[in-house]
Amino acid sequence: MSGRRLPGGGRIDRNRPLNFTFEGRPYRGYVGDTLASALLAAGVRVVGRSFKYHRPRGLLAAGVEEANALVQVGEGARAEVNLRATEVELHEGLTARAVNCWPSARFDVGAVNNLFGRLLPAGFYYKTFMWPDWRWFEPVIRRAAGLGRPSILPDPDRYETRHAHCDLLVVGSGPAGLAAALAASRRGERVMLVEQDPLPGGSLLWRPAQIDGRSGSDWAERAAAEIAAAPDALVLTRTTAIGYFDHNALALLERVAGAAGSPGPDHRPRQRLWSVRARRVVLAAGALERPLVFPGNDRPGVMLASAVSEYAARWAARAGDEAVVFTNNDSAYAAAHALLDTGGRVAAVVDSRPAPPARRTASLQARGVRTLLGASIVATHGRPALTGVTIRDAEGHDHRVAADVLAMSGGWNPTVHLFSQSGGALVWDGEQALFRPGRSAQAEVSVGAAAGEFGLSTAIEQGWRAGGGEGAPPLADAADERWTIGPLWRVPARGKAFVDFQNDVTADDIALSARENFVSVEHLKRYTTLGMAADQGKTSNVNALAIMAELTGRPIADVGTTRFRPPFTPATFGAIGGRARGELFQPLRRLPAHDRHVQAGAAFEEYGGWLRPAHYPGAGESAHAAEQREALAVRRAVGLFDGSPLGKIDVVGADAAEFLDRIYANTLSTLKVGRARYGLMLNEQGAVIDDGVTVRLAADHFLVGTTGGGADRIAAWLEEWLQCEWPDLDVLVAPVTTAWAVLTLSGPKARDVLDAAGVDMAIGEEDFPHMTFRECRVAGVPARISRVSFTGEVSFEVSVAADRACELWDRLRLAGAPFGLAPVGIEAWMLLRMEMGYLHLGADTDGATTPDDIGWGRVLKRRRDFVGRRSLTRPELLRKDRLQFVGVEAVDSTVPVPVGSHLRSPGLPSGSEGYVTSSGLSPTLGRGVALAMVRAGRSRYGEELLVITGEGRGRRVRVTVPGVRGPGGEPLDG
Amino acid sequence: MERYSAWRLFREALNGHRGWTPAWRSPSPKRRYDAVIIGGGGHGLATAYYLAKNHGMTNVAVVERGWLGGGNTGRNTTIVRSNYYHRESARLYDFSVRLYESLSRELNYNVMFSQRGVITLAHSRHDLEVVARWAGAAQLHGVDAEMVSVDEIKRRIPLLDTSPSARFPVWGGLMQRRGGTARHDAVAWGYARAASRLGVDIIQNCEVTGFSRNERGRVVGVETSLGPIAAGVVGLAVAGHSTVLADLAGFRLPVTSYALQAFVSEPLKPVMDTVMLSLATGAYISQSDKGGLVIGGGLDLYPSYAQRGNLPTAQRVIGALADQMPALGRVRLLRQWAGIVDVVPDSSPILGETPVEGLFINCGWGTGGFKAIPAGGTLLAHHLATGEPHPLAEPFGLRRFATGALIDEAAASGIAH
Ligand SMILES: Cc1cc2nc3c(=O)[nH]c(=O)nc-3n(C[C@H](O)[C@H](O)[C@H](O)COP(=O)(O)OP(=O)(O)OC[C@H]3O[C@@H](n4cnc5c(N)ncnc54)[C@H](O)[C@@H]3O)c2cc1C
Repeated sequence: MSGRRLPGGGRIDRNRPLNFTFEGRPYRGYVGDTLASALLAAGVRVVGRSFKYHRPRGLLAAGVEEANALVQVGEGARAEVNLRATEVELHEGLTARAVNCWPSARFDVGAVNNLFGRLLPAGFYYKTFMWPDWRWFEPVIRRAAGLGRPSILPDPDRYETRHAHCDLLVVGSGPAGLAAALAASRRGERVMLVEQDPLPGGSLLWRPAQIDGRSGSDWAERAAAEIAAAPDALVLTRTTAIGYFDHNALALLERVAGAAGSPGPDHRPRQRLWSVRARRVVLAAGALERPLVFPGNDRPGVMLASAVSEYAARWAARAGDEAVVFTNNDSAYAAAHALLDTGGRVAAVVDSRPAPPARRTASLQARGVRTLLGASIVATHGRPALTGVTIRDAEGHDHRVAADVLAMSGGWNPTVHLFSQSGGALVWDGEQALFRPGRSAQAEVSVGAAAGEFGLSTAIEQGWRAGGGEGAPPLADAADERWTIGPLWRVPARGKAFVDFQNDVTADDIALSARENFVSVEHLKRYTTLGMAADQGKTSNVNALAIMAELTGRPIADVGTTRFRPPFTPATFGAIGGRARGELFQPLRRLPAHDRHVQAGAAFEEYGGWLRPAHYPGAGESAHAAEQREALAVRRAVGLFDGSPLGKIDVVGADAAEFLDRIYANTLSTLKVGRARYGLMLNEQGAVIDDGVTVRLAADHFLVGTTGGGADRIAAWLEEWLQCEWPDLDVLVAPVTTAWAVLTLSGPKARDVLDAAGVDMAIGEEDFPHMTFRECRVAGVPARISRVSFTGEVSFEVSVAADRACELWDRLRLAGAPFGLAPVGIEAWMLLRMEMGYLHLGADTDGATTPDDIGWGRVLKRRRDFVGRRSLTRPELLRKDRLQFVGVEAVDSTVPVPVGSHLRSPGLPSGSEGYVTSSGLSPTLGRGVALAMVRAGRSRYGEELLVITGEGRGRRVRVTVPGVRGPGGEPLDG
Repeated sequence: MERYSAWRLFREALNGHRGWTPAWRSPSPKRRYDAVIIGGGGHGLATAYYLAKNHGMTNVAVVERGWLGGGNTGRNTTIVRSNYYHRESARLYDFSVRLYESLSRELNYNVMFSQRGVITLAHSRHDLEVVARWAGAAQLHGVDAEMVSVDEIKRRIPLLDTSPSARFPVWGGLMQRRGGTARHDAVAWGYARAASRLGVDIIQNCEVTGFSRNERGRVVGVETSLGPIAAGVVGLAVAGHSTVLADLAGFRLPVTSYALQAFVSEPLKPVMDTVMLSLATGAYISQSDKGGLVIGGGLDLYPSYAQRGNLPTAQRVIGALADQMPALGRVRLLRQWAGIVDVVPDSSPILGETPVEGLFINCGWGTGGFKAIPAGGTLLAHHLATGEPHPLAEPFGLRRFATGALIDEAAASGIAH
């Protein structure tokens, strides 16, 4: 049947109709509707299928706790799956389908599972599918599991992150939250009020109330407007507080633009994640109603009583024409009145309590409604949706009553999720049969229904006080009525009685769990999957643990709850990642002279977070040819290399030399001002973690050089030692890597180029020898030059302020042109150092390599202590057969041996004796050159080894000293 | 206790499933046991099982502070693989994988070990070189490990952005086909049930608060929240709390405890069938049989015993995946949580003797000990029962920190889980 929209009322705009489709059929709703309210108003009763048994399901709730109506909205790249229809705001042209059913929610082939339901109790899969092997069964199970089918197209939308601080963060804009935010904003505090709904007001949007002489919803609207107008206050609607972390840090998810499935305006992100640090937090997130557990309680038409009222009042949608109400507490009586007020009929109110408060029953009896006390519902009827129920009265007689809606209430659960996440422990309130917040663990107060206080005046009062309100709080016009409940955790009758609707967990499953000793709540949850579905057990947890308590004869408080984990409601990966996608995800750093490299035709690759020229291929030149040409240019003329990413750390202070002596494995305190020294840093295990050339700028000032990859890590490492271990040292550490651009001239003509570019000092070998450092001007640009070489050729490492990098590049290229200067990329640079046998940390070493392994044992300080020293004395590190850094040359051909190839003596049957760490084709020699770590390598020069893995398998190499020799055996650099 | 089977399930169905009996007994502790195992995680329970099964020691108790399997065993992302770099590790973990291959039948409990393959992505030249060396090493140790091409990766993981313009372009990868996932709770429960059936007492909600020692200093029992329990020997398998227990026993461990977080998405229809790890972002992801994308990443930055998630790590890990798998932007995170992992400088476990006589340890698995549960249990049981370390465990003794014979997996392969 259709046409359940009431003729008047509701917060919908009847002048603005919207067309949408559900399961391919067209429907119409209004602005203000949710997909759920529009479907209900259109008379759609089956909105989805359950997870395991594929039973038809209708709407259970009206808000975030909805367990049944999971839909996919939209198609293609913007499709979104597993959305709760109760949270989808309707928009023109919206298309939605139920998830996890085929071909449709009304006729679902998967429903055969229901027939075999008895074979599929909780945890059945642990007990079978073992023979012959799980792999035979798994694919079928996998296909059956899962809810929605996500798009595999890239998400086209944008997301954003914001950080905020406030004095008071209020979660929830019902009467309690509004009162708190109002009070605080009047005091001039920085207030943030967040509400997941599009409208502020919470329960005031549908519950009849009068505050300060206005209707509740009017009052809410005005209060929210007043707060929003305060200079330091922010009201965020469509915003869910999803996580409450340590130190009052909360995460909020704001749905900014683009209703689900539709594109948002281009200039706005789709969602925004707020990371908020609040001085105080008020949790006023209300309460969620509990279903009752009785056979057939999942039939479409069985709904939470509060949802029935809310649909009627807020969306003018009547859930049914002929209702039965089933309750164990007072609150559902309001639903009966709401149904009557909107022209529906109430066939009966079934109250499981033998003697509910007389005024409740009387008020209904006065309107002609039959009330059955001490009774319960033991069955529901109708296919696919509800047509009637069987009521068992106090005497045990069954009556069948026609009904198309059953409004049930099993009591209320305060929304304690965030409180629990904050670290607070819950306490069981036996009188109201609910868990409410106990002592706060952080600067937080829970108020109103979220604290288990259901009176309107009390809620306002609590909120007002929590917000620091002075004077009298806003006044509710009616006094709070006492609310009572007589717990009924499950109706003892045969049939599938659902506890977790979304994961299809029944009361019998809980009984099975108890029988099999899965009695801890966590075991219960994991064994039955209760509370682990997309709704995270919002409607099921407390019912389940109460049933478990009954079954095992323990008090509910002893059974306890499971921990609530973030997020409160599911949050898109996109929003969590924010802007950090594509280029903005760990953004690549660009060299100060990046544009010049582009002009020079560089092919860029990432090296340790920097986009760097791998090589500069000319027109039609292959990468390989370019590398060879560039390397040869350095050997024969001169090359220009951009080494800006090499780490540079200023270490300054009276104790700078002392500090570096402790940090470095070799001595730095004896370094003279203006001179440079290579140094090794070890970790506590004695492994080499970084190397580089350090120069002394003044007695109390060193410029520590690190590897490119180590720049940030080593700066942090130095800080850690200073701050945690040696706070007494007078030393400051400042990473300055990006302040300087470093362009290195290298090659026999390097000095000529520097001369031609113009340098205001003498740069002859005697004036400016190897391993020294000067400050000067190059082509008029203030510069620092180090005489260090990674290529074996004469090199000048010229550093200038980063913003003058392009200028220096241009000058050097101009000056170098007559000398055949070529820009050189990393790959050629690496070839050059391989030819020389120079170590590249991270390539030739790993996190276990010691100084002696790489031939630096002799430079270690003998007498003084340094980080890692003690570890180096351990017997294993003194062994002679450790992996040692050597050169290897292919014996069988000129083709380079691949890096990573393992090596072994031909005489050994198994195992590895080392591996190739660096390898390339030497342009100078026209054959492969390689470096390796080889067991006892330094004592095996000349020995032949076999390549035993990878593409080079079967090839032969000879162990050499690192670095290749000229034809006469002389080192390449003479 | 009944055997589980399809037939039994069918018979029980006819009977309303009323005939099932407890999966494990919950007895009160006896005054004395031949062996007491502290920690009812996978390693502790497996130890007890193998003590009974392999060594005939059945007067054994497992003492668990909370509910069994509630530590890292019930919180981890369930990746199982054995393509480790060092020989000692490869042998240890491959022994474990082989035990996993028959574990469901051994325990008569379906642990859903699913060898769907594990792919580690290489994102640069350098990564490829590291991976080549690592693949070679694993092969030499007799473990299956192969380099896979970008095309193959694309085919197996269509969600992955393999375009050259990706922030972390994919250059290739390393695959272990025998690697995969298993159902974590089932591993704990399966061992608990099988151990209990062999006579082991599993005592939950019982926290060990101290050790009783004899005049020679030898451990002769444990103090617990339920009173003292005497023990012939004591095994310690408490993962992130190892240092706490070591303090109680009066010795120090080279272990630092950190929170490691995990994340799961809403259940989805199958979208990926292979486990994926990224060397560049440290993120890893697989899809569970229930449909959730199960995700992990690096450790939290600071030591902690608090089993709680936080936002920055979620942003880092989930953000990385939203970037590497651009369709996931619209998929939603369902839950995040954390476990406390026991991190050792060389990221290899510590197995065997402690400085305290009569007390043996199994810890230090850090971010990757789920895959090692069958092996860890076998080895600790062997040591407790025979007084001698199992040959596979020998290289992993505490002594290695004094000798320097570290087995540094993170250094060698760049990943530790
Ligand atoms: C998020 C996360 C992801 C992971 N992912 C993987 C993965 O993909 N693959 C993989 O192989 N590994 C993974 N791991 C690691 C793996 O989970 C652990 O190494 C493994 O589960 C450890 O098992 P266990 O039995 O030693 O410890 P646990 O399972 O933690 O058990 C220790 C038990 O000791 C108990 N205990 C502590 N103190 C006491 C006391 N005083 N008295 C009594 N009992 C006590 C605890 O309550 C706990 O139950 C991951 C870990 C985490 C946290």
